[in-house]
Amino acid sequence: MTEPYELTASEIARLVASGQAMAEECVESVIERIHEVESKVHAYITIDEEEARRKAKQIDERIREKKPVGRLAGILVAVKDNMCTQGIRTTCSSRMLENFTPPYDATVVERVKRADGIVIGKTNMDEFAMGSSTETSHFGPTYNPWDLTRVPGGSSGGSAAAVIDGEAIVALGSDTGGSVRCPASFCSTVGLKPTYGLVSRYGLIAYANSLEQIGPITKTVEDCAVLLSVIAGNDERDCTTANLGILDYLSRLHEPVSEVRVGVVRELFGEGTQEGVSKSVWKGVDMMGEFTAGCEEVSLPSLDYSLPAYYLIAMSEASSNLARYDGLRYGYRSPSESLDWADTYSRTRKDGFGTEVKRRIILGSFALSAGYYDRYYLKALQVRTLIRRDFEKALDKFDVLVGPTMPLPPFKVGEKIKDPLGLYMCDVDTVPVNLAGLPAISIPCGFVDALPIGMQIIGRHFAEELILRVAYNFEKSCHLEHRSPPLR
Amino acid sequence: MHCQLTNLKTKLFCSCPSDYRGKEPNTTVCPTCLGIPGTLPRPNEKALEDAIMVAIALSSHISNETTFYRKNYYYPDMSKNFQISQYDGGGGVPIATSGAISVEADGTRVTTRIRRLQLEEDPAKLVHLGAIDTSPYTLVDYNRAGIALLEIVTEPDLKSPREARLFLQKLRSILEHLGVSDGSLEGAMRCDANISLAGGARTEVKNISSFKEVERALSFEIMRQKSLLARGLKVGQETRHWDEARRVTLTLRTKEEEQDYRYFPEPDLTPMQIQADTVEDIRRRMPELPDTRKERFTKQYGLLPSSAEVLTSDKALADFFEKCVLLYKEARQIGNWITSDLLRCLHSQGLEIGESKITPDNLTEMLRMIDWGQISGKIAKKILPEMVATGSSPRDVARRHGLVRISEREILETIVESIFQEFPEAVKDASRDEKAIHYLVGQLMRKTEGKADPQLANRLIREKLQNRVQ
Amino acid sequence: MRNHQGTRTQHITIKEVEHAAALSKIELTDEEKAELTEQLNRVLDYFHNIDQIDLTGVPPTHHVIELVNVFRKDSPQKTLPHSKVLSNASKVEGSFFKAPRIV
Repeated sequence: MTEPYELTASEIARLVASGQAMAEECVESVIERIHEVESKVHAYITIDEEEARRKAKQIDERIREKKPVGRLAGILVAVKDNMCTQGIRTTCSSRMLENFTPPYDATVVERVKRADGIVIGKTNMDEFAMGSSTETSHFGPTYNPWDLTRVPGGSSGGSAAAVIDGEAIVALGSDTGGSVRCPASFCSTVGLKPTYGLVSRYGLIAYANSLEQIGPITKTVEDCAVLLSVIAGNDERDCTTANLGILDYLSRLHEPVSEVRVGVVRELFGEGTQEGVSKSVWKGVDMMGEFTAGCEEVSLPSLDYSLPAYYLIAMSEASSNLARYDGLRYGYRSPSESLDWADTYSRTRKDGFGTEVKRRIILGSFALSAGYYDRYYLKALQVRTLIRRDFEKALDKFDVLVGPTMPLPPFKVGEKIKDPLGLYMCDVDTVPVNLAGLPAISIPCGFVDALPIGMQIIGRHFAEELILRVAYNFEKSCHLEHRSPPLR
Repeated sequence: MHCQLTNLKTKLFCSCPSDYRGKEPNTTVCPTCLGIPGTLPRPNEKALEDAIMVAIALSSHISNETTFYRKNYYYPDMSKNFQISQYDGGGGVPIATSGAISVEADGTRVTTRIRRLQLEEDPAKLVHLGAIDTSPYTLVDYNRAGIALLEIVTEPDLKSPREARLFLQKLRSILEHLGVSDGSLEGAMRCDANISLAGGARTEVKNISSFKEVERALSFEIMRQKSLLARGLKVGQETRHWDEARRVTLTLRTKEEEQDYRYFPEPDLTPMQIQADTVEDIRRRMPELPDTRKERFTKQYGLLPSSAEVLTSDKALADFFEKCVLLYKEARQIGNWITSDLLRCLHSQGLEIGESKITPDNLTEMLRMIDWGQISGKIAKKILPEMVATGSSPRDVARRHGLVRISEREILETIVESIFQEFPEAVKDASRDEKAIHYLVGQLMRKTEGKADPQLANRLIREKLQNRVQ
Repeated sequence: MRNHQGTRTQHITIKEVEHAAALSKIELTDEEKAELTEQLNRVLDYFHNIDQIDLTGVPPTHHVIELVNVFRKDSPQKTLPHSKVLSNASKVEGSFFKAPRIV
């Protein structure tokens, strides 16, 4: 017997809209599931059961009265805790914002609500989205539902864990250097980072604003397309969103992709890629060859320099984006008031931020500082140009590019946290995409030693429709759709 | 200089109303100008248009592409601890560069070159308990945070506080004629000054809250530096704070590191490309500039260039002049009265024309009263200060002080009679000597406390002398 | 990156870490300063990989999509209700935010 919490968003939407199931049932099912597993997984920071029930009731009433409902009606959405939700505290998993309640909704949250999606809670993350394992959270780590001794990936670990273990039907995450795709890969869900400028960042608490995008984390590719349709599109409140007119990710989703030329990026299988990952992804590539025009290896040499470029840019922007946290208008404030403003700020930020955040801010300030700007920040921007050019060339010859999402399967909690550089190196396959601003989707590709492996499909700017279609076809041929962990 | 674009309806990067003066603290604010996490800036298109218009007026080179940069520093008046501004280093290009402003004063022409012109956001307002360096805490009001500022930086061409004052006056006049900024609003035009004397380092003086304060602040700082150098001491390179209340510059004993602003392009905003036809369109629509208006004043009203320069150096004054001309056609006379006596009155009362109560109706009525002999020029000068201070009509002021000219024949004849009796020698001399006649007229004026109509007085005395002879 | 003596190049000194921390308004203990200096040097050492590429004539990428001239009209909109403005602040006096002293 399938519980509602195990269903996909598309299935629930159909059942609820047609009156075959009630939104209230779906909400109760997920809430019960949360009570069952949340204490083990720790996917959430804040849960609002009452509000979810209230919303569900409203939806059911409207359906009864034959009034129209949005396409997310009855669907429980988990929102990463770096997206502002009006009236619901938004912490970025940091002591600094432990008691911050935004006075407004992020645009994506508004759009989810307008589509009648039910926001069930705010998910755990690496502090201020800085991390790849959800271990730097001030509120404690999230655990991988496939193996509770391992990390779920990061920084959107809570969102991915919630989706795969039934604590949410779909989730929103944010991806600056892989933070949607990494946990998607580690938790065996679908995760998409849209093209930079497709989804509004208004309400996304910034970490590195020239790199990040909000993206869906879902059980299936179709669910991903549905959620993307709801959140994507120009927003006048975000000057970096593109004007693209009507966006349609669903009508052609099930069509074949036999004309699509696939490039397999050599550098994504570079040194440091575990054998099991390599094997699994190559198997996936072979399968892909069967329903596309064929797969061929391609080299993008500048990708070997993407990690330094990414981190220098991200840390520099972060040092500026996080400057506002001084305790004056909101957030944690040091109680010692005998100090002048400068010392109070320094004390506040010393106590309010965790170690990784402080590390990145300080290194970022250094990279931008007089005498070092050219050597670090500017150079990184130049490398970025080379990476963009390499992708452009490759995406001229191929329609999509593929490779592993992560060079390794989910590692043990505590294994890498003491080694910042080691952790940074885990992002080697995901960061190039953010640097170029391209769209990329991670889809489950197999298991190695019972641990999830993900494959990444990268497309041209604003080609989400195509990468979703390829992913859908892959999902069908792999028969991996919404396999879930045996967690009780 | 930092000039608020006071004619914009909203702030530079958010849609908060720009009309913040006199409002309850922290009421004209929104999540963006408060720096609430997750918010994004949205640039005001009219701010760019205004900036382009000023750039044209300052004869500067307008950039094809310009970007906003982040200037990163911490201070309690910063809602994000970075200011969205512009930068002319490291590949950054401000809206305009290389302009100039010329002023004619006392026969000399002072030209000041403009280095750059850029847009940036105003920080919040800080309120202290007493002086900034002794206040136990600071209160912050973000109503002003985010207001659009035009930053205009000059080359080091100014040679004296006087030149600085003339330059700033002209700049203000230009901005007001363009309708982009109202300099009479508190805090609308502020500046920082860099001063160095031969033999000394350069100090920066910040917090000069109005153009009026500039001459005072500069004079103090020059004096301070001169006295240090005279005693053989060094002038340190530092930033000093102008304390308006105590009229001194101070070193603030803050632990400010040497500022490293770590400029980089603002990722949340797009570059701005300025097309040539946009610039042309703005140039065509531009209001009349002070220099053009000055030309027109000399041609249309026959004013002397020096008069026209003085009038157009202050838009409100020039507007006042033209309103007067609609009511009284002797433009030259109006010009003279405004540029000499009226300005003198305003200065002595510490007022700008807009702050005073005198109206064009009042001034022109005064001139008509002189024409009709109801008051003399001298009397007019006497009543002008009260007209300026109270806004009363010249007739009311003159009447109140009993200064209305005596032009009734009977009254004057009686007084002439008494004078003839009092000064018989002069009467005798008058038949041969013009000077004696003048003496008698003088006595009549004295007796009537200057209120007698001099022409009538002259006529009556000559008539009486004539009658005597007969 | 090792220099000719075989010892690691110091990309950032402890003094520079202090300066960067001061620029970032983050107070550090002496222990933290030492640890951070070591960690940052390791990280920067790895970052110096980018010195190996030839970047002559390569322009920097500031914006990854080619949008220009995105503006907003000069029309006022609703401000934030005053009750919501101060509600997240820990120190308030009347309608003001209360900050520590300047000097």
